[in-house]
Amino acid sequence: MADQVLDAKGLNCPLPILKAKKALKSLEGGNTLEVLSTDPGSVADFAAFCRTTGHELVEQNEEGGVWTYLIRKTG
Amino acid sequence: MSSTDVKAGIDPNTMSIIVTKGSLDWAYPPFILSTTAAAMGLEVTMFFTFYGLPLLMKDLSLQVSSLGNPAMKMPMMGMHMGMPNIVSAIPGVDAMASKMMKNLIKKKGVASIPELRELAVEADVRMIACQMTLDLFEYSKDDMIEGIEIGGAATYIEVATQSHINLFI
Repeated sequence: MADQVLDAKGLNCPLPILKAKKALKSLEGGNTLEVLSTDPGSVADFAAFCRTTGHELVEQNEEGGVWTYLIRKTG
Repeated sequence: MSSTDVKAGIDPNTMSIIVTKGSLDWAYPPFILSTTAAAMGLEVTMFFTFYGLPLLMKDLSLQVSSLGNPAMKMPMMGMHMGMPNIVSAIPGVDAMASKMMKNLIKKKGVASIPELRELAVEADVRMIACQMTLDLFEYSKDDMIEGIEIGGAATYIEVATQSHINLFI
């Protein structure tokens, strides 16, 4: 169970990333954020975001056009 | 040393953008890039000059025109349709096209320019207004949002010499 859930469904680039960044800011290191997105572009974007920021993309799922990303904050 | 090595002393996580256009469509690339880069940990500077300067105004009323814009084809009735120049030249048509574009943007869950701009300010994106453009088009700093700097070309060049990614939009 993630420490926080961010519902970014219906939002288009770059809002899912921007809102995820904002949510991660308020979390402690080691905490997890679950992001829900309907934006197909978010697949590549969240991978790139985690690679660049060093946060861990723990898990990624897709069901019925909704992608779920579980991100663990590093540091 | 390969050509992709960063020059000694330049932090790779730095970006600058010269913003030279201010229509609704052209406002998106600089704000999307700056906010996303900031979210990914880059230090970003935006330099607003010429027609980009009005993007810093408190009251934004951005317009888009299909006049002389042959690549602009909007989804309509299942097709992508452009408008003949002679139609876009009619008074009021630009305002209508702008309203339609804004409605489409809202419908698709895309951020508005005011929202993106606020996110940029919150993310500490450095925003510089071109002094020469302020003088040239007789704008006042009071017309602009809070928290911006004023500078000239040399200000931008200094930023660019210390920035890994420099974009002209």
